Amino acid sequence: MIDDPFAAYSGTNRPKPEGIYPPTEEMLSEPVDPQWKAACEDRLRKAWIAPKGLAYFTAVNNDKIGAWYSLTALFFMLMAGVLALLMRVQLAVPDNTFLDADRYNQFFTMHGSAMMFLFAVPMFEAISILVLPAFLGARDMPFPRLSAYGFWCFVIGGIFVMGSILFDAAPTSGWFMYPPLSTEAEGIGTDIWLLGLAFIEVASIAAAVELIVGVLKCRPPGMRVNLMPLYAWYVLVVGGMILFAFPPLIAGDFLFELQRGFDWPFFDPTRGGDPMLWQHLFWIFGHPEVYIIFLPSIAIAAMVIPTVAQRPIVGYSWIVLSAVGVGFLSFGLWVHHMFTTGLPNISLGFFSAASEAVVIPTGIQIFVFAATLMVGKVQKSLPMLWISGALAIFVLGGLTGVMLAIAPFNWAVHDTYFIVAHLHYTLFGGMIFPVIAGIYYFYPFFRKGKMMSKTLGRWSFWLIFVGFNAAFLPMHYTGLIGMPRRVYTYGENVGWGWLNMLSTAASFVIAAGFLVFVWDLLRPKRDFEIEKRNPWNAGTLEWSHNVPEEQWGVRSIPHVTSRYPLWDQPRLVERMDAGRYYLADTEFGYRETLITSVLDGQPMHVQRVTGPAYVTLLAAAFTGGAFIFPTFGWYAPAIVSGAFAIVCVLYWLWTATAQIPEKPTSDVGLGLRLPRYASGPDAPGWWAVWITMLGDATAFASLIFGFFFYWTANEAFPPPLAEHADGALVAAAAVLVSLSWGATRGARWLNRHDHVPAAQAALLVACLSSALCIASAYGAVADLRPTAHVYPALICAMAVWLIGHLGLGLIGQGYCLARSLAKRLTPIFDADLANVTLLWHFITLQALITCVVIGLLPGWMT
Amino acid sequence: MLPDHATRSRMSGAGKIGLAALTLTGCGGPQSVLNTAGSDARVLLTMLSVMLVGLVIIWILVNGMMLFFNQLQTGAHEERYARYLIVGGGIFFPTLVITALLVWGLSIMPDQRAPGDGLRVEVTGEQWWWRIAYWPEGAETPVIAANEIRLPVGQRVEFDLKSARVIHSFWIPALGGKMDMFPGRDTRLSLEPTEVGIFRGQCAEFCGASHALMAFHVVTMEPADFDAWLAAQAAPAMAPDGDLARRGAAIFAEQGCGACHAVRGSDASGQVGPDLTHVGSRLSLGAGILAPTLANYMAWIDHTGDIKPEVEMPAYDHLGDDELTALATYLMGLK
Repeated sequence: MIDDPFAAYSGTNRPKPEGIYPPTEEMLSEPVDPQWKAACEDRLRKAWIAPKGLAYFTAVNNDKIGAWYSLTALFFMLMAGVLALLMRVQLAVPDNTFLDADRYNQFFTMHGSAMMFLFAVPMFEAISILVLPAFLGARDMPFPRLSAYGFWCFVIGGIFVMGSILFDAAPTSGWFMYPPLSTEAEGIGTDIWLLGLAFIEVASIAAAVELIVGVLKCRPPGMRVNLMPLYAWYVLVVGGMILFAFPPLIAGDFLFELQRGFDWPFFDPTRGGDPMLWQHLFWIFGHPEVYIIFLPSIAIAAMVIPTVAQRPIVGYSWIVLSAVGVGFLSFGLWVHHMFTTGLPNISLGFFSAASEAVVIPTGIQIFVFAATLMVGKVQKSLPMLWISGALAIFVLGGLTGVMLAIAPFNWAVHDTYFIVAHLHYTLFGGMIFPVIAGIYYFYPFFRKGKMMSKTLGRWSFWLIFVGFNAAFLPMHYTGLIGMPRRVYTYGENVGWGWLNMLSTAASFVIAAGFLVFVWDLLRPKRDFEIEKRNPWNAGTLEWSHNVPEEQWGVRSIPHVTSRYPLWDQPRLVERMDAGRYYLADTEFGYRETLITSVLDGQPMHVQRVTGPAYVTLLAAAFTGGAFIFPTFGWYAPAIVSGAFAIVCVLYWLWTATAQIPEKPTSDVGLGLRLPRYASGPDAPGWWAVWITMLGDATAFASLIFGFFFYWTANEAFPPPLAEHADGALVAAAAVLVSLSWGATRGARWLNRHDHVPAAQAALLVACLSSALCIASAYGAVADLRPTAHVYPALICAMAVWLIGHLGLGLIGQGYCLARSLAKRLTPIFDADLANVTLLWHFITLQALITCVVIGLLPGWMT
Repeated sequence: MLPDHATRSRMSGAGKIGLAALTLTGCGGPQSVLNTAGSDARVLLTMLSVMLVGLVIIWILVNGMMLFFNQLQTGAHEERYARYLIVGGGIFFPTLVITALLVWGLSIMPDQRAPGDGLRVEVTGEQWWWRIAYWPEGAETPVIAANEIRLPVGQRVEFDLKSARVIHSFWIPALGGKMDMFPGRDTRLSLEPTEVGIFRGQCAEFCGASHALMAFHVVTMEPADFDAWLAAQAAPAMAPDGDLARRGAAIFAEQGCGACHAVRGSDASGQVGPDLTHVGSRLSLGAGILAPTLANYMAWIDHTGDIKPEVEMPAYDHLGDDELTALATYLMGLK
């Protein structure tokens, strides 16, 4: 190689940041050369432009993906709302025959499932993808193609699940899918629910990983964690909650589908299974889910309220600690959905207390808002009207929640319309109203200076607010006088008729309010005047956006020294526009953003981010096939589709990630030079692997929980005379996985110390050990009959889980070997190997625990 | 009124739910948490009332405060008040309230779940009806019944709850809280009726197509009346009285009804469906959904699935009007 720019560097001596940081006021006041500025702007525009024509849909820019994502979620919400209206029509009068039982059951199942999985969680992720980079002065999300992939998975899965209603094939067992009702349910509805939503959950986790990495690594220089906008804190908390809450459900889905598809009796009490395990796994997911929906809305309020009060939030640390506290507590409350399942008093007492405890951090957040308004000078605005409405509704839902958390009272009203009222109060107050407030507030940001109508905004507010209370307040009473949830009809003699008629009539008022809102949101605004860039006079970075629109996200990445930089740092926006700050240029015409350190926001390196591609679309389509085909029992096409999905992802990684840069460092402005490549803990990719595997480990822990659950719930687990996994092969698997791990780890060390051929040999050994380990894991359980009893079924399920992970690990090892042979992975540029080594830490840990649980524990237990 | 069998109109199932005149007392109807007739429900109602008052007061305070800060106040307040507000409103006040609530709420749990005084009622949730077995103290064999529960006032009754296929939930709002019923897992509940009356219970856990149509009546009685009633229930069925009823009994046998239903004292000994030995004495038909009239009996036998979607009992729509009348007359005579 001629003039290798990296000749001076080696695996142990890598490029480092050089130059001056932080910038001085003097440097910041230096004028920018207008010619250079114009040239930079041209280059940036070219780099960030979204494709035109049909290729438009290959765009990955966060504003595009975020907008599509949120509109799709809104569409599903409206569909689910229509289902609710149809249900209300059926319930309007006693003995109605508008819908038959089966269709009503499909509707209420889909209403709940769609609102939860296709609206509430995706909406949070969509809005976050849309606004988070702007909050952080970042150009884009760290992994734009991953956002696109997640979005397309969501579209495919959402249409598949929601579409089932049009074919009269939707699930009928409720959004909670309790077995044995759901495991015994005929037709493919249940499978559509399990596989379609598992697919979407995977996409949700992908988005959560990206959002967490975005908050941790893509902040502007100087933005220490204690200067982050509150929204970013909430994203961090909620992302973390998704990471720990969804995996138990995915593990549950996995067991459930094994029962549906292959008759492995996890929830069948006649063969040692137990329907209660599903309830635990579902609600370990389901309760945090409530806060996953609620906290982002508080986050929106936390952005709106300081603007309304025209002063910084009072008690920043209070609200952050409360959010984290709610996040933690929410994992200790799930049993309050199971107060009537006959658990011992001591458990009920514990979970009652834990459920009540969540009042404190929730209360603190609300009082922080009140306090901020109290010490500020309130400027009335439409977003604040919606926030006030939200609070009025949410506080009532919260207070009925306080009642419901008392276990004995819960016995009286559990599964009645009292609960229907309670949950809709929490979700309208804790999600719908704040999100609409957020849409009104951020609309001039989304549409670059255009505003929604104040008049229509007030109309929709009062229609929805009055309609909501008229529909749902009476439901508390309907529940108290005995109406259970999920009934498709009721008789005249029970006296629920007039209450239901009232609720039905009012539900159409809510619908009218939504029509007004959606019309105002979607109507063409081509000839609307462009108002001010920062119409609310807010203090946070997103309002430094470019009006009219530019696709580069942020012209130059500022140095931030305040929580409200637009209020506290004079001339900030002007300097950002001038390109005075960091990364004002793109030297090679790539899409780039700045990566900073996790705690202090020190600039660390320039990250090249991925651009538009068809491969993400293809990957999403094939992943969809892998999840959707098994619904119909088409396992071979599913496997082929899954293989294609893996090929697409590998192609995408190979061509677009961890690219060797042209030169070691770049001048990012203000006298600072930053490396153009990072591996290990410096790289966002490494964090993404870490975070993903944390979620994966949670799913694995749920399977282990299942093992111990059956052990405590069954009289004899393992049952007498049970067949066990082959001890010798389990031991062999343990040895082989350790060998594979050691070889991977060794390869990383060797590669870093410039022993490339030795590293390649080590990787080859790792690949072979992994393959042999898969063979022994398979051999260890091959003779078991998983349909006979839950014990062999769980052993086999754990083996399937292990084999899947070993397969993934093997692909990773093979990928690194191929990259090394292709000279795309070298001693300096070893991000892939660092990530795969990290992956192997997790796989090895899971594998060894699996070996102990299936190989050693049964011997001790019997 | 007899249904028009010439046209065999498929009567809508839901259209028949209405149950004729039951004497109802108190507020909110027969299935109300507010219309209590048991000691447990009474405690829960007190708790509800207290919490409801607290709820209204707190709601007004919080929203009043927001309204004040939003709309009425002029000019900003000092920041130290903000801290008082956060600590006072967010920590001290809720801690006090929830501690008090928890102490009270959790302390009533043991009483609500106290063991029964002697009578034990085993209830099994079926698709979609209730299999009931009374076990008076010391009894070696139970008294079998279905779809209606009678209880003596003044004593705590133990309920053993089971389920055949899917999860149900056993709930008599007038008497107390509810408890889920699982296949393969036994749960229990105890209730103490204090007032005589007729109430309604209903399945509270979604259990499939006809979840809405799985109810039962609860009759609370003076202990002496209860004992007499139970003794009558324990007796075999009455012989059919009159030609029509005798013909009905013959049709019952011919049609193989006994394969699923038991009529003690006859050849019918099926255990799949509800025991019909004293079906004529019950306040409802089809698990709390139809009034026990001749027309309803006939309609039920004629087209069960239209009345109760996906019910396991087949429709006997090949029977003529006269046969249905006879069958219904026979069954209604099984007092």
